[in-house]
Parts: sequence; C-alpha cells; structure tokens
Amino acid sequence: MPDNTLSARDLSSGYGERMIFQGLNLQIPAGRITAIVGANACGKSTLLRTMSRLIAPKAGQVLLDGKSIHAMSPRHLARTLGLLPQSPIAPEGITVADLVGRGRHPHQGFLSRWTARDDQAVAEALQATGTQDLAERAVDELSGGQRQRVWIAMALAQQTDLLLLDEPTTYLDICHQVEVLDLLVDLNRARATTVVMVLHDLNLAARYADHLVAMRAGSIDAVGPPDQVLTRDMVRRVFGLDSMVISDPASGRPLMLPLGRHGVAQPAARSA
Amino acid sequence: MTLQTTLTRLQTARHRRRSAHARAVAGLSAALALAFLITLCVGQSVTPPGDVLRVLAGIDVPGASFTVGQLRLPRVVLAVLSGLSFGLGGAAFQVMLRNPLASPDIIGINAGASAAAVFAIVTLSLGAPWVAIMAVVAGLAVAAAIFGLSFGDGISGGRLILVGIGVSAMLDSAIAFLLAQAPAWDLQQAMRWLTGSLNGATLDQALWPALALATCGSLLIGQRRGLEMLRLGEDTAAALGTDVARTRLIVILTAVGIIAVATAITGPIAFVAFLSGPIAARIVGPRGSVLIPAALVGALLVLAGDFAGQFLLPGRYPVGVVTGAIGAPYLIFLIIRANKTGAT
Repeated sequence: MPDNTLSARDLSSGYGERMIFQGLNLQIPAGRITAIVGANACGKSTLLRTMSRLIAPKAGQVLLDGKSIHAMSPRHLARTLGLLPQSPIAPEGITVADLVGRGRHPHQGFLSRWTARDDQAVAEALQATGTQDLAERAVDELSGGQRQRVWIAMALAQQTDLLLLDEPTTYLDICHQVEVLDLLVDLNRARATTVVMVLHDLNLAARYADHLVAMRAGSIDAVGPPDQVLTRDMVRRVFGLDSMVISDPASGRPLMLPLGRHGVAQPAARSA
Repeated sequence: MTLQTTLTRLQTARHRRRSAHARAVAGLSAALALAFLITLCVGQSVTPPGDVLRVLAGIDVPGASFTVGQLRLPRVVLAVLSGLSFGLGGAAFQVMLRNPLASPDIIGINAGASAAAVFAIVTLSLGAPWVAIMAVVAGLAVAAAIFGLSFGDGISGGRLILVGIGVSAMLDSAIAFLLAQAPAWDLQQAMRWLTGSLNGATLDQALWPALALATCGSLLIGQRRGLEMLRLGEDTAAALGTDVARTRLIVILTAVGIIAVATAITGPIAFVAFLSGPIAARIVGPRGSVLIPAALVGALLVLAGDFAGQFLLPGRYPVGVVTGAIGAPYLIFLIIRANKTGAT
C-alpha cells in the first residue's frame, strides 16, 4: 500500500537559463493540507509545477513513494497525482459534464471505452462540488465561482490521492474563496486526499492548512504548523511587511494584521 | 439531487452527445457520397446515374465511359482525397494550437510544400514520388522553422501565427520567382502552385495522397484523444496524463505529411485547411473530436468548389480561386474578432 509521500530532494528548477530555486528540500505530509505562501515571484508556483512534472527539474528529484516522478509514465503519475493549473482553459461551448469527464482520461487505456466506473466518478465529483445541477450547462456561461468548482470537480473525477492546486482562489470573491477552501477540506477529510496549494492569502492559508510552507526568493523560509510559521518575524522576512499577529478568535489559529503607514493607531515607520 | 439521479442524467446526456456526434458524421458522409455521385453525373452534359454506376463497376458504356471514367472520375477522386487531407491536417493544427488562425495554409506549410513541388517539377523536372518527397520535406522544414522561431517559454500560438504569416508570404514570392524562371510561362501551372487546381488530374496521381491518408491520416486520427486533451491547455493536458510533447510531435509530422503530399499534386488549394475545422465545429458542436468531420467537410468544399469553378460560374476557374473567395472573408472576420477580444 503506497502511502503517497511526495518530497523534493535537492531540487533545482527554472525557465530556460533563469534559475528560480536551487537545492530545495521539502517533505509534503501525506493526508494533510499544505499551503505554500510567499511574496510574488518567490518561486512558489514554479515549485508546484516542478513537483507535478509540468517542468523538468534542472537538478535533483521529486519523489513519490521513493520513486522519481520524472521517470514515471505521464498516465501512471496522473492516476496518483492531480494538478489544477492557475488558469486552465475551457474549450468553447464544452458542457460541465463533458469537462469533468475529461478528468477520467488517465484511467482510460489507449482503446478502452468509457465505463460505468467513469460515470460513477463523474457523478460523485459533481455531487461533491455541488455542481450536479450545472451538468448540462456550457462552462463559458458560468460565474467565476461556479467555474472554479467545476474545475475542482474535474480534478476530483481524476480520483488521485494527491491534489496540487495553483492559486485555486484567485479571481474569486471572498465568499467563493471560502467555499472552495471548505470543499478542499471536505475532500481531505472524506478521502484523506493530500492537498497542496499555493495561496495568496496568508490568513486563509493559516485558517485552512495543517502545514505551511513560507518561501522567500527561491528558498524555504519556514515550514511547519501555522501557529509556528505565521509569525511577525516571518511576515517581515518573507513579505517585507510590518504586522501584528494575533490569535484568530474564530479559529484559534494565528491571524496576521498588516501595519502600513496609514489607517492604524501606531503606523509603521517609513522604511528606508 | 441524489447520486443515482445525477448518474442517470449523466448517462442520458452522454448517450445524447455520442449519438449527435455519430449522426453528424453519418450526415456528412452521406452528403459527401451524394456530392461525389452528382459531380460524376453532371458536367457539360448530364450522364444518368445508372450509366455512372456502370462505368464505376468497370462496364464499358459508349458515350459515358470517356466523360465519366477519363474526365470526371480522376478529378473527383483527387478532389475528395485532397479535400480530406487539407480538412484533416488543417483541423489538427487548429485544435493543437487552439486557434483557427493556426491553420497550415495560413502559417506557410502549404506554401512551403508548394514551393518545393514547383522547384521539383518546373526547375528539376522530377517525377511524382520525388515531388511528393520534396514537398513533405519542405513542409516539415517550414514547420520546424516556424516552431523554432516562435519558441519562448513553451509555444505561443499568437507568435507562431505571425511568424507563419511572414514565412508564408516569403514562400509565395519564392513560388512566383520559380514560375517566372520557368522556360515556358504556363498560366495553368502558375495557378496550380499559387492557389491550387484540379486541372489535368489523372487517376494514377491519386496513389500518393491515398497512401498518405492511409498511413499518416490514420495515425493522426489515432491522436484525437490527446488532441482533445490539448484543448484544455498544455498544463491541464499534462496533469491529466497526456504526453504533450509526443502528441504534438506525432500531430505535426502526420498533419504536415498529408498536407504536403496533397499539395504536391493539386497545389495549395486556398483556405480549405483553414475553413474545414471551423465549419465542422459548427456542425458537430462541442461534442468531441472535430477531426473526421473536418476531413469530410474539406472533401465537400473541394468537390463543391471545383464544380462551381467549372460549371456554375461564368468562365472557368481553378478550385482554389473559388475556395479562396469563400475563405478570405472568413479570415478577415476572424482577425477582426481576435482584435476585439484581444486574443490571438
């Protein structure tokens, strides 16, 4: 029984000549929710893309249960590890059911037809994301929040033990952000799916993740449970921002309050 | 709604989608068969369908055997084969690059094959197999050049199209130059290599495009699931287990193969590759692969275009002039639309 541990060992990656990170080591806890946070261009998306095989590493390895994912066949890997890219493209006019059905691709052989198991997986994915009533609608007619749930449904239909998501809440209003994150927790609880996501919002990351990875300029600054990682010092190092970190009265998790030069009782000093 | 109702609804919808696709393919095939028969029956004179069928069965029919067997049949067979090739190859490129403007006849692949064919026939006086081989090599070289020139962080469709339009214009002037160098200026030849023509078709010319379709064409159709996945974008396709680089390589090699071989015989019949995919997509809707419907639409376009050019218009025009007259406004429409939405 594979335990689906994903890890990066001495991993270096980048685009063309440009290195984004070098010699990075990271262990993703199995069956938990991990959020990767950091300032823009710190390499968090590149890390996620390299760990899901979209980019070939310059050096080092990404290991899934001890085996290099870059040595596996794409279809084989896609049965265990799913990825939702930042801006996936919906073909013009495609229906929700058809799109979600494409998540079954790695489970279908070269010649094998659509089976009852595929139908079952799509139906479950639609139910789990509450998109069953949209099944026959065209994806391009949906609202941003609905569309994001449909993409997650596609990833669910893939039925992988690990699911990586690149900023799943971008372009969504706060209500839909919470909805999407709740959905990922449901999935994690119901199927023990390992979730790894890149998130912009530090406070939502602290609220929803079991494990935080804070990145700064291509290296890992801090790793661990949110109450150890989300500190005033980390925010200053990673984001270059003064802040207060208090205990979130709603969750008991840490809550970061940014301190800018205006709008607060004790403004931050003008930085040099 | 319970899981069971969702399941039942999904199954019904899926069956409906499948049968709608099958109906569209069947309808297009029937239309093609009908057009094939009509174009064999009707020309300067009308031959009764019974006589046409007898000629096709190899029976000698006085008065019909020559008109149908020698004049119309080679032309119609080549029209269908080249139309299938252009339609299939064109749609494969458009789907792979997610852009109707990324058709081989817009980005210079047809022009490259045509230039090589002119060079082989007019300048080197080579025979049919060499012409086909040179056309394929030139088509692949053009594909390699435009993909190479437009490669940044992955392949950008917009850049590839602009590079391809430039390459295409350069190759068109190379064709004009080669034709101007030819010892005897021949208008028919010139029209063939610039816009495509079925004049002077013979049945033995059909061998090469038929072979190309049987080999490259079937390999290409075998990639239709991978191509459907690519419509979700390279990242999603890869995340769902598609070997993106491999799919792309097979699609480029096979699509260029069928298009170059057809071009080596009929010339680059204008805009058939470009028009077939979008027309087929209109007919089948977003219900699965557009490749086979596009091939059928391509064959219909060339058959109808050639028929119109010969018999329906005042004067006689090569097929490429007719398809060009239909295709050009659509090209303008697409460019205006791309400009409005800001997409390329």
